[in-house]
This record gives sequence, structure tokens and C-alpha cells, in this order.
Amino acid sequence: MNHSPPSIASSPSGRSCSKSSGLLLPGLLWTTVFCLLPIAVVLAVSLATRGTYGGVLWEFSLDNYRDLLHPLYGRIFGQSLLLAGAATGLCLVLGFPLAYYIARLPPRRQALWLVLIMIPFWTNFLVRTYAWMFILRTEGLLNTVLIQLHLISAPLDLLYSNQAVLLGLVYGYLPFMVLPLYAAIERIDPALIEAAWDLYADRWSLFRRVLIPLTKPGIVAGCVLVFIPSLGAYLTPDLLGGARSMMVGNLIQHEYLVARDWPLGSALSIVLMLIVMSSLLWYFAAQPPQARERGEP
Amino acid sequence: MRGQGIWLRGISGLGMAFLYLPIIVLVVFSLNASRLSAAWQGFSWHWYGVLWQDEALLAAAANSLWIAALSTSLAVLLGLPAAMGLERLKGHGRQVVDMIFLLPLVLPEVMMGVALLLFFVVIHWPLSLATVVVGHAAFNLPIVVVMVRARLQKLDPRLEEAASDLGASAWQTFYRVTWPLVRPAVLGAALLAFTISLDDFIVTFFVAGPGATTLPLKVYSMIKSGLSPEINALSSVLVLSSMGLVGLSLIFQRR
Repeated sequence: MNHSPPSIASSPSGRSCSKSSGLLLPGLLWTTVFCLLPIAVVLAVSLATRGTYGGVLWEFSLDNYRDLLHPLYGRIFGQSLLLAGAATGLCLVLGFPLAYYIARLPPRRQALWLVLIMIPFWTNFLVRTYAWMFILRTEGLLNTVLIQLHLISAPLDLLYSNQAVLLGLVYGYLPFMVLPLYAAIERIDPALIEAAWDLYADRWSLFRRVLIPLTKPGIVAGCVLVFIPSLGAYLTPDLLGGARSMMVGNLIQHEYLVARDWPLGSALSIVLMLIVMSSLLWYFAAQPPQARERGEP
Repeated sequence: MRGQGIWLRGISGLGMAFLYLPIIVLVVFSLNASRLSAAWQGFSWHWYGVLWQDEALLAAAANSLWIAALSTSLAVLLGLPAAMGLERLKGHGRQVVDMIFLLPLVLPEVMMGVALLLFFVVIHWPLSLATVVVGHAAFNLPIVVVMVRARLQKLDPRLEEAASDLGASAWQTFYRVTWPLVRPAVLGAALLAFTISLDDFIVTFFVAGPGATTLPLKVYSMIKSGLSPEINALSSVLVLSSMGLVGLSLIFQRR
């Protein structure tokens, strides 16, 4: 990034500009047609009316958004926010020590641990969620082992609960928390921590008065990166949750594919997207200006 | 760190075990002879044999590979020039274009799925294998753009300048200077995009037409119709192959 301004300055700016737009155009067109336009269609449908037999009548109305105020939807939105918030909190509690530990390892082992953290996160999410079904269900591994050890006499109901969904979310998105936290902690000058010890800080005040302020951008980044996919989760509540653990993602799918109420499903999607976008704004506001300019995540 | 060592190491070890234990359990029990899959009854390759006999499954595997190959190719063909164009752009235009490119990465997957579904219905494009390829290319494009740009930013711009000063055309500069330097990043990004496409469930779930069943869709319907030991074997194949691909991708990125 430091090098690029001279390269732009050295070529005639008109030529460089037309050349860059020629390179950009195909990709930009693709994203516009297959991402921006579909979002615009969702927005348009959310402002239309449901036909008698499903389908969409193009009559403007805000009814779909008014319908979202119904307590049933409010409950599902509230539950989603709660589960996503709890998952974010748990990831932070588990992820901070893990990231701190990795950042203090010798460089070669740091790289190994980071790769180990990243691999599950690029691995089939459906299959990893299924693994928890295999472990938690009534005849599952955990119950089988506990019964064989005579710790319990009857299998426990572990699967199909809010707790199982929470476990699945933390499991699925923990790497999103660890990576930005690691990046933030790794940048701290060890001398600052030494200084805190020398000035008789205990662990808690070291954590609260040195580590937290210095890693705030990383904490915000990790929280946003866990919160966004947790809030929009579909598979985790679908596979691990019971009838009462529905989240917004499942509700959207239900409205589209089961109830065939596309306008209402669209209104739900738009509200979900707005929540996601506002948490992203918070994320960008918390990043140091240099990283923001480079557009780094 | 003054007695914190054990405590930190313990919690970090637990975190790592938490990430890997379910995957290990899955792979180990895929080799279990038992029909009731949670009780160990001896080692057997039986369930992998069952997979190999299942023609619907092999057809799904072929679909998955085709979709991943085509959507990855599209993403690279569109993403590599886009990344180079973005690097040359400056000012506010760059930020706006950047945001447009990143949008598919931050959009909730369910939203991406329903938006594409609605779009295809509105423009009367019947759902098929092609709609899945298009959808996958849409979320793979930003991955290629981000990863290739990260490499471009590390390059010394004087290399390209030197090439054009020596009379190389734009194409020659690209082919003989830029491409060899970004090739590892492009390969790494392509492998990652390929893996993500192979693994995608949600977008595929919404935009797959009849006959476009992929492996994840197959796994999902097997899970929903009751748990059989066959799923463990299929899941292990999927997990281990994406781990292999990601490992390769990481190797290329380090070059």
C-alpha cells in the first residue's frame, strides 16, 4: 500500500483510470447482477402484497413490516438476538485466553496453532454440526458413554434445545473470534505488560487496564464476526434446536419455502440485513484508521 | 507468565480439543462395524463400501465437483482482473467499489439464498445446475478478490513500471511480470473457493433445481430422514477432503 501512489502518479492518470475500469467492469457487473439486484428485488417484494395462493401482487404496502411487530415474530427475533449475543460472549471468554496463549508462543508454533484454528473454520459446516447431533442425541455417543460408566441410568435430553444451539454456534464461530483477537494481542509491545507487572498490577487489572484497551479493535472485530453469522444462523438451530429454538434464519426459510409468504419473508430478510449492516458500521468505526484505509478485515 | 502458564495452556488445550473432538469422533465412528452407530463393535470399512455402491450419491458427487470447478473458474476469471483494477483505482470510487465487492461476504447466507431464489423466479430463469453455479460464483468472487489483492499490495510497483519502461505492452507486463508473482495467491484463492463451493449448503439449498442435488444437500436429506452410519462415512469423506484442500491452499498462500 505504501508503494502504490507513485505507480499511479507515474502513469498518465486518464489512461490508468480507463484501464482500471475495464479490468473492474466484468466482476462489478457480476456482483451487481447477482447480489445487488437480488437484494433490490427482496426490498421490492417486501413492500408488495402476498397473492391469495402465494406469489406476489405488486401492490405497495407496509403491512409486511407491520406484521413483524406480531409477538410471535418479536419472540423469534428476541431469541435470535439473545442466542447470538450469548454465543458472542462465550466465544470472547473462551477465545481471549486462547488468542493470548497463541500470541505468546514462539513464532513457529504460533503459525502452527493458527493453521489448526483456521482449518475447522474452512471445513464443511453442515458436517461439523451433524457431528454434534451424533454426540448429543438420545442414543448418541455422550449418553452411551455416560450410561456405560454408570454415571446416569437413563439418557439425558441434550439435543434439540437452546443449549445445544448455543453450543453449536460457539463451536462453529470460535475461530472468527480467535483470529482478530490474536492479531490485536500479537501487536502489543511485551514491555507494556512487563511494566504493568513491575507496577504491581494484579492479573485482573492487567487484563482490564492494559489488555482490553489495547486490543479493543480486535475485540470489536471478533464480536462482530461471531455475532453476524450467529444471528443469521440457519443450519445450527435447524439441526440442533427444537421446535422452540427457531431463529430468524429458520423463520425466513419457513416463510419462503413452507408458508410461501414471500413478501413477509422478504421483510424479515431486510430487517435482518439492517441489523447486520449496523453492527458492521460499529465494526468499521472501531478499527484504527490505517487498517480502515487498507480495507483489511 | 508468572504462574499463568498452566491455566492458560489448559484453557487453550481445551479450546483446541473442543474444535477437533467432534471431527475426530465422526471419523472414528465411520469405521465402526455397528449399525447402532454410537456403540463401538469393531473396525470395518463397510460403510465406505456402501457409499461407493450408492449411485445417487455418486451423481451428487459429480454435481458438486462440476459446480465447484465452474464457479471457481468464473470467480477467478472475474476476480483476478477486478483485484488488479481495484489496486489501480483511487479515492472514493475505490471505497464504494470495495464495499460492493465485499457485500456477498457479509450478507447473511440465508439472505443471499432467498435473494437469489427470488431473483431467478422474477427473471424466469428456471432453477437448475446453472443457477447454483451462478450463485456460488457470486460468493466466491469476493474471496478471490480479497486474497489476490492482499498479494498485489505486497508487490513492488516498480517491477511493473520497469517492464513498461523497457517497452513491454500491458499484456506482456501482466504475463511476464505480474502473473508469476500473483500465481501462488490465485491458486490458493482458487482452492479455497473450490472448497467453499463444495461445502456450501444454504445458497445451494435455495437455488438448486431438480437434478442439481449436491453432496451437502444429500447429507442434509440423509440426516433429516434418520441417522444411519453411512452418514458418518460420507461426512468423513467431506471433512477430510476439505481439510486436504485447505491445507494445500495454505501452502500456496505461503509461497
